[in-house]
Formats: sequence, structure tokens, C-alpha cells
Amino acid sequence: MSEAAGRNAIDIRGVRKVFGSGDGQVTALDTVSVSIRENEFFTLLGPSGCGKTTLLRLIAGFEYPTEGAIFLHGEDIAGLPPFKRPVNTVFQSYALFPHLTVAENVAFGLESLGRPRDEITARVSAMLKLVHMEDLGDRRTDQISGGQAQRVALARALAPSPKVLLLDEPLSALDYKLRKEMQIELKRMQHETGITFVFVTHDQEEALTMSDRIAVISKGRILQIGSPSDIYDRPAERFVADFIGESNLLAATVVGSREGTATVRLSSGAEVEASVAEGFVPGGEATVVVRPEHARAVKQGGQLAGIVENVVYFGTDTHIHIKLDDGSAFTVRQQNMRGQSCGFEVGDRAEVEIAADAAQVLKD
Amino acid sequence: MASAAEIARQGRRDEIRSRWLLSAPALIIIFAAAIGPLFVMLLYSFMVRGDYGDVKFWQFSLDGWFSVLFERDIFDDTLQLADAHLSIVWRSIRLSFITTVFTLALGFPTAYFIATRPRHTREIWVFLVTIPFWTNLLIRTFAMQQVIRNEGILNSLLRFSGIIDEPLQIMHTDWAILFGMIYIYLPLMVLPLYASMEKLDFRLIEAGYDLYAGRMRVLRRIIIPLVSPGIIAGSILVFIPSLGAYVIPRVLGGGKNMMLGNLIELQFGAGRNWPLGAALSITLMVLVMLALLVYVRNASRSGVQHG
Repeated sequence: MSEAAGRNAIDIRGVRKVFGSGDGQVTALDTVSVSIRENEFFTLLGPSGCGKTTLLRLIAGFEYPTEGAIFLHGEDIAGLPPFKRPVNTVFQSYALFPHLTVAENVAFGLESLGRPRDEITARVSAMLKLVHMEDLGDRRTDQISGGQAQRVALARALAPSPKVLLLDEPLSALDYKLRKEMQIELKRMQHETGITFVFVTHDQEEALTMSDRIAVISKGRILQIGSPSDIYDRPAERFVADFIGESNLLAATVVGSREGTATVRLSSGAEVEASVAEGFVPGGEATVVVRPEHARAVKQGGQLAGIVENVVYFGTDTHIHIKLDDGSAFTVRQQNMRGQSCGFEVGDRAEVEIAADAAQVLKD
Repeated sequence: MASAAEIARQGRRDEIRSRWLLSAPALIIIFAAAIGPLFVMLLYSFMVRGDYGDVKFWQFSLDGWFSVLFERDIFDDTLQLADAHLSIVWRSIRLSFITTVFTLALGFPTAYFIATRPRHTREIWVFLVTIPFWTNLLIRTFAMQQVIRNEGILNSLLRFSGIIDEPLQIMHTDWAILFGMIYIYLPLMVLPLYASMEKLDFRLIEAGYDLYAGRMRVLRRIIIPLVSPGIIAGSILVFIPSLGAYVIPRVLGGGKNMMLGNLIELQFGAGRNWPLGAALSITLMVLVMLALLVYVRNASRSGVQHG
């Protein structure tokens, strides 16, 4: 397929993966297509069991697709065994070889490729330097900490200069502070090496802070692909809105629609402009999503009205939980000013002002 | 009144005494069942042989040990090496080594196969491997005889399929002993290998493939080093009983192809040379210990320390 070429590092075309047979069949991936650009930090985001790791293993070659094709720089690799793919993996559990030292672990891939001895030595020390482990090359892998093991796993996977680096939830075993550090480290390494990173995580915050683009996966299907702000500001489906960040879901009626936007009438009767996913024409009843920080609680002049049920102070901001007149709940998140309260107390009547271009019509 | 130090000393003495008393049963069993008989055997090997077996008590002689290696010519009294003994020792070592190699070659893929089955079916396979243990060794050996004798299943099949015209003479050769020992000792190789492989983290194998290692390199550089405790345990469990095998060479090897176990039996039975039998037994034990030492040395050199 010649159209697979171009600037894409990986092209996944109509890939299906079914495990088991007969009655025990499980469809892990249901006709997935996605293109990952060269030099991109691409994240597969979804809850556990959604198929994101299966997709990663298909790219690595540990599984073969039931249907479909996988292209690496235009070359179909779906049938190649993992040791013939110029792709390396950082495993969730690191999978460091316990019988080898740190340096021997890093050298393993280069030795498999039959590189000359002095090139291997030079490359191993360069890699250990990249991950700040240059003094620990002689350690056994059970003599280093979890964070260090993580770095060794990275160095080992980067040493053979793969075209694509696959990372399977590599930070999930680290504690919060270390995870934050490694997130920044990973971005730095991706920048320095210029290698395409495909990163699997179930942590939406991690996905938003690190990725160039995100694919949100649920039940074996890719629901939405886009930049972090696309995904956050313009979630296409209810699952995406729910899974990433907090959201207010409002029942609405579509009264008019043009390319990319629609006018919807909310339960209060107010009409607002809402954006619509590309190629989707809403009609009749629809659900509209508004992020808590894209709305304000006001005394009057809002599009929705209700009673303040709870006011929660978070330091940087305050969450105001409002029970709307139609019975549904709406949360507003407001930035705090020094020495100034949010102006509402439990039991107060409040209105909600939705910012312009803050509403998004969901596909489902 | 006793001082505090005295009370403490008394307490410690009581503690030591009770510790000895508590371990006494175990110590008695170890001495009576293991060290004691060995000591008796060592003593017998240094005594003069009795005329109808047994030994002449408290008449010491080095004849027993002497005849392990040498024999005196009955006509001119010249000394020469006991070729028969040496060839039996050599056959024992050689056949045991080959048995170990073959059981390893057969047992390794078997254990790997079992370890890669789904968890609930593994137990069934392990169970199948242990079934031969339910049958007496002698009966299994005679069963093997039925397979390999001239009119046996193997020869019938080979002749029926036209591969050979004349039956292969396997019985009463070293081959027969080998077939028997490989068959009998294979489970002893499979079980420790499986125990090691079951603990193997198969993600490490994926990591190897991911790092461009082909199947042979993954086997050599990842699987074998990681399961080497099982390889060593299995080899010890096969090599040691092979070295002392008695029933298998007796039934399958016939009278000519003796191994150490048969030679020892001969000395205590028809040979009526108990000191020589005792000396040979201790020789066998020393060989076993040497073999163990070599294994342990190799194991620590290849750097297989876990945890």
C-alpha cells in the first residue's frame, strides 16, 4: 500500500485483534486505525482493559493482528517477529534481566545486533549518562531502586536507537514525586533523541501534560484523537468528557446547526452556541458538556439557575456545586483571589454563566 | 542469695541444655541412619575378608582398598591394575554422564512445554510426569526390557516398517542400560526444571525478543541462565542415582555390562569380599561428592545467584 508512506512513523490500518476462539472469544481491538507522526509524543489513553496495551504489543510484535496492517515508515511490519522490528519497548514492570548488570542490560540489544565491541561500550556509557546512571553500571539490577530501574529500562530501550520507542505505563510503579520528575525527564529525552514515543497510560493528567497528541481508547475502539487541548476542550463523546477531567453534562435540544457549531436550547430555555465535532451533524436531543472552569457563578444574567448546594475551598480555586432547577447538578470552578470569598454560600440562589465557545455537543 | 550474674549464667546453661535435649531426637536419627552406617562401612573396608563373606573382626588390612585399583596375578604374584574395576568405574561415569545429557535434552523442552501451558492444565501435565513413580522400579525396568529385546516392540516395529531386516541387538549392551536409565530418570530431570521454569518471568523473554535477540540467543542468554538452578538440580538428581544404578544394568545390561552398583553387590554376594565391597561403596560415595562439588563450583562461577 503506497499511500501508507509519508511523514508518519506508524500507520495502523483497520487492525482488529481477537483473543481466544469459539465461545471464549474476546475482541481486544475492534477495527482501529491511527497514524502516529514522526518525532511525536503520542499517548494511548484509556482505562485498564480497554485495549491500549494490546495495541502497543501489536506494534512491538508480541501479538499479531487478526486483521489489518501496521506500517512502520511505510513498510508493512504486521508479520515480522519482534526481533526484526526497529522498535523497542519500556515494559511496565521494566523486565530488566536479573542475571545481568545494569551495563550488560543496556548493552543487550546492541550485542544482539552484532555491533562492534568498542561501539557498544561507548554507546552504553552515553546511554547511562543520558539517564544519569553513569556510576551504577556495575550494579546488579536488584541493587537499584525502582526509579533507577526505570531509568535503566529506558536506557536499554533507547540504546539501539529504535525508530519508535514504546512505553507501557512506565511510570505507574513510581511514587508521586518521582513520577512527576520522570515525566519531565521523558519529555527531555524525547526531545534530545528525536525518537517517536508511543506512550500507554491510564492517567489522564500524565497524558495531558506529556503528549503532543492523545488517542482516547475505550472497549477496543479509538474514540477521539487530538492534541491535549482538543481532547480536553472539545471531547467528542461522553466517555472522553467523563474520563478526562471533570465535566458538567447538560441535556439540550438542537435548534440549529452549521458546520462546526450548533445552537442548542438548555433546560432553562436559554440558547447557547456549542461547537460540534468535525463531520458530525447533531439533531433533536443532545448532550452538551461544559468544563467547570469554563463557567462562572453569577447573581444574575446567567443561562442556567439553581441553588448552591456546597462550596468547597481548594486553595487555588473554589468549587461551587449548584443544583439546577431541572434537578441536575452543575459544578463551577472559580479562581480564588487573595482575601476575597467567592461570594456564594450554601442555600443561595445562583445563576451559571457559560463562557462563549465553552460548550461542546457530544456525539452520544 | 545468688547474684544476678549467677542467675543469668544458670539460665543460659539451662537454655543450652534444653536446646541439646530438644535436638537430640534429630541428632540420634542422623547418627543412626546416616553417619553410623557410613562409619561401619569405613571400618569394614579396612578389615581382613572372612572366608565365607563378612570380615574377621579387628584384623586390619589394606587389602580391600588395594584391590579397588590393583590385582595380584595368581601365577607369578605380579601386580597389575585392576582393569575390570577401572572399566566398570569408567562405564558408570560415562553412562551416567550420557544419561544426564540426554535427560536434559529431552527434559528441557518438556518442562518448557509444561511451564507455558495455562495454569490449570499445568498440574495435569506434572501429574502425568509423576505417574511412573507409582510403579516399582523393577517392573518398569522389565517393561523396558519388553520394549527393546530382540522380539520386542521396538524391533517388531522397525522390522514391520522395513527399516531393518535383522533385529537390533540392544539387550545386554551399554545401549540397553542407557535406554533404561534415560527412561527411568527422565522425571527426575523434568520436575526440578519445571519448578525453575514456572518461576521464570516470561516478560523477560519478550524483552529479549524486543532487543533483537533471535530464538537461539534468547535461549542461551536469558532462559538458560535464569533456569540454571533447575538444570543443576535436575542434573544432580539424575547423575547421582545413575552412578549407583543397580537394578537397571542388572536387568538390561546382563552379567557382562556391570556398573558400580553391580560390582559392589557382587563383592557382598558371590564374591565374598566385604572389605572390597565396602571400599568400592566409599569410592562411589567420593565420586558422587566430587560430582556435586563440580556442579556447585560451576553454578557459582556462572553467577547464578538470585535474591
